[in-house]
Amino acid sequence: MKLEKIKELLQAEELTSGIDLNLEIASARASDLMSDVLSSSHAGDLLLTGLVNAQAVRTANVVDMKVIIFVRDKAPAADTIQLAEQWNIHLLATKKSMLEACGLLWAALY
Amino acid sequence: MPGKALFQKTFTIKKDDFANAGEASVQIKNILKDVGFDSSVIRRVAVASYEAEMNVVMYGGGGNVRLAVNPDNVMLVVEDKGPGIPDVDQAMQEGFSTATDEMREMGFGAGMGLPNIKRNSDDLKIITSPDSGTRLEICIRSSVSGTEEN
Repeated sequence: MKLEKIKELLQAEELTSGIDLNLEIASARASDLMSDVLSSSHAGDLLLTGLVNAQAVRTANVVDMKVIIFVRDKAPAADTIQLAEQWNIHLLATKKSMLEACGLLWAALY
Repeated sequence: MPGKALFQKTFTIKKDDFANAGEASVQIKNILKDVGFDSSVIRRVAVASYEAEMNVVMYGGGGNVRLAVNPDNVMLVVEDKGPGIPDVDQAMQEGFSTATDEMREMGFGAGMGLPNIKRNSDDLKIITSPDSGTRLEICIRSSVSGTEEN
């Protein structure tokens, strides 16, 4: 699924500049626990999380995730956004809860 | 550690430095990318390093991570100045944690650190005591040519 479609489904706003909405997202993971993301042999392309500190972005970098969507209307600090831009990790934010965001993506995929 | 490392570098990890925690692991990942390792090896090293680095920040009172690229493996030696691990077997169990709320707010501290390090290592040695802190020797086998690990 294209990131553009995910953005539309979740009514998400872009937090980083230069987001490639044509990016193909094949799999996603939802967690507020970064060790959980790190424990997976394939973390996926997209992380849904309520964790808005720099560790979410560093975790995405370590496991090569391309996109983070922050749920529950949360937004990271400016330095976290800057870090993501430096590593070309796209950040978006949605007002939807984790459950709702996951449900919408699941329904669209299957 | 027999033989001479092809490359080595030591990273200093500061106590309670949550803002920069993980930076050494990102640098290690970039170094291994530049050397030309296979992406699955880079990922295993980066995950093990990141979890170890977080442990040094959260529990270890600061310390360092030493990266050594050898002809047939990547070694990470992680040393801290902390109080040691009283019961290593217990600490290796997924879910066992002595984390504070601050640590959990960072997305860590749920008792997955050491199990994640072990999962991504081919060999893991833990040397710990209340007097001298904790030393992890993490070995991930691979060759510099970038061939896939077994």
